[in-house]
Amino acid sequence: MADSSLKQPVAAAPKLRGATSEFQWGKWLLVAFVFGYLALILLVPALNVFIQAFKAGLPGLVDTFTSKFFLNAVKLTVIVTAITVPLNTVFGLCAAIALANKNFPGRSLLISIIDLPFSISPVVAGLMLVLLFGNRGWFGPLLDANGIKIIFALPGIVMATIFVTMPFIAREVLPALEEAGTQQEEAAATLGATPWQTFWRVTLPSIKWSLLYGLILCNARAMGEFGAVAVVSGNIVGKTQTLPLFIEEAHIQYNTQAAYTAALLLAGLAVVTLVVKYLLERRAGIQHRGH
Amino acid sequence: MTSSQPSSSPGVWQSILHASWPWRVTWLYLTLFLFLPIAALILKAVTLNPAEIWRIATDPVAIATYNVTFFTALIAGIINGFAGLVIAWVLVRYEFPGKRFLDAIIDLPFALPTAVAGLTLSTIYSTNGWIGGFLEPFGIKVSFTRLGVLVAMIFISLPFVVRTVQPVLQALEAEAEEAAWSMGASPWQTFWRVILPPLMPAILTGVAMGFSRAVGEYGSVVIIAGNIPFQDLIAPVLIIQRLEQFDYAGATVIGSVLLLISLAVLLVINLIQARGRRFYG
Repeated sequence: MADSSLKQPVAAAPKLRGATSEFQWGKWLLVAFVFGYLALILLVPALNVFIQAFKAGLPGLVDTFTSKFFLNAVKLTVIVTAITVPLNTVFGLCAAIALANKNFPGRSLLISIIDLPFSISPVVAGLMLVLLFGNRGWFGPLLDANGIKIIFALPGIVMATIFVTMPFIAREVLPALEEAGTQQEEAAATLGATPWQTFWRVTLPSIKWSLLYGLILCNARAMGEFGAVAVVSGNIVGKTQTLPLFIEEAHIQYNTQAAYTAALLLAGLAVVTLVVKYLLERRAGIQHRGH
Repeated sequence: MTSSQPSSSPGVWQSILHASWPWRVTWLYLTLFLFLPIAALILKAVTLNPAEIWRIATDPVAIATYNVTFFTALIAGIINGFAGLVIAWVLVRYEFPGKRFLDAIIDLPFALPTAVAGLTLSTIYSTNGWIGGFLEPFGIKVSFTRLGVLVAMIFISLPFVVRTVQPVLQALEAEAEEAAWSMGASPWQTFWRVILPPLMPAILTGVAMGFSRAVGEYGSVVIIAGNIPFQDLIAPVLIIQRLEQFDYAGATVIGSVLLLISLAVLLVINLIQARGRRFYG
């Protein structure tokens, strides 16, 4: 079937010979435009990260890699991600399971609500948390009295990161669950499986690729989030400075080598993310979507 | 147990009362991490005096930042509307070496942290950078100007139009085009009358999504821009500056303006998609 539909344009080609050569000409013009545009916006900037990072050779890289503040920033970024991603995974799975096989009034509204963080500026998200937990915020006096620090501390950074990455897993898993349907789960339940067994043995295997897809996107965003974290972190060097904040600070202080070493690490993360994403799209046929 | 009765569409209250574990986790998480923060902003905004809100929202510095933010984001969205259409077209219709690589790298702005994007764009587009160096003799400065804001916004909103148009173009059958061709339509007529109309909802959706993302963007813009009021200061940076001065009211009002615009754009996207489904679904 696919074969015959491929042959159709070929069969029509001789009639449109003049048009076809015009097509060829136009084709290469458009391809050249695309390469040029993407070179200016994506390729040259991406390449530049690697070139700048290796400009001073390995000693330059090692210098930054052994600096205390850099290592602290790496550590904080890893900690924040290690808390955020599992929490969002539990939420994403729960939300998708809750939404998948039910039709109730307001279902599409709820799906829009879960997607809402993608539409809100990360800076506004950070502002909301400051208004809640900052020392002049709604819960400020209460937190102060109990000696709890959320803003300018780890909990605030985690909450800001949770806010901006909340939709990633739910929106990937939900369509996969809808497609898988409930028949197998019902069969497992009839055969005496507990809900927990059904989840691990039946539900999870059917959505694993979509879950992984959501996970890597969530992970990349969690490690790279800047705007929301910038508002709540206070940017205390060595304490509440994540890698993106470290890059900004190094850049402002003209410490180009340090900035690009940190950028190299995050660009490496981006490359891994894109490769895994590409493989998942090929192997598991997951559709990419804008977000 | 009465709860074992199968009910096809339970009421909202019933579903909350008989909520399963996934439901409880979902609502708890949404309440803690989404509803509570949004409520904090709304409550703060309504406790302000309306005259005060108006004064802050229409302050000349604030107006200038809306102008820079929305106007630049709109231009970035339109540029990516055209470029995204061409990229999607080339990726769907043509075969050429490097096509898969190009397709994969389109998503780079989603994967690359914005701080890295801002850093490398500001280096390249600075007056002694690889691309900025070419533009300097013509008197064009990019980094630390409004043009820099535009470049950063183009970068972060690039994938949206490509990714919304691609699937529609894939589903579009070549037969209608071939029919138009064989009946003697020029390539131009074929494009305007046959190809473009069904793609329009997808293009507009992508432009709106890119615009929305660009309006809220902070990381890449703050690094490439000079952040000078009346020149290249954007609204999200102004919010942070207000917070640094402990001016919660100022930050809240400008944040609310941004939030309202985001919600309006979201509504527009939903309307476009609903219309698109009705006509071309």
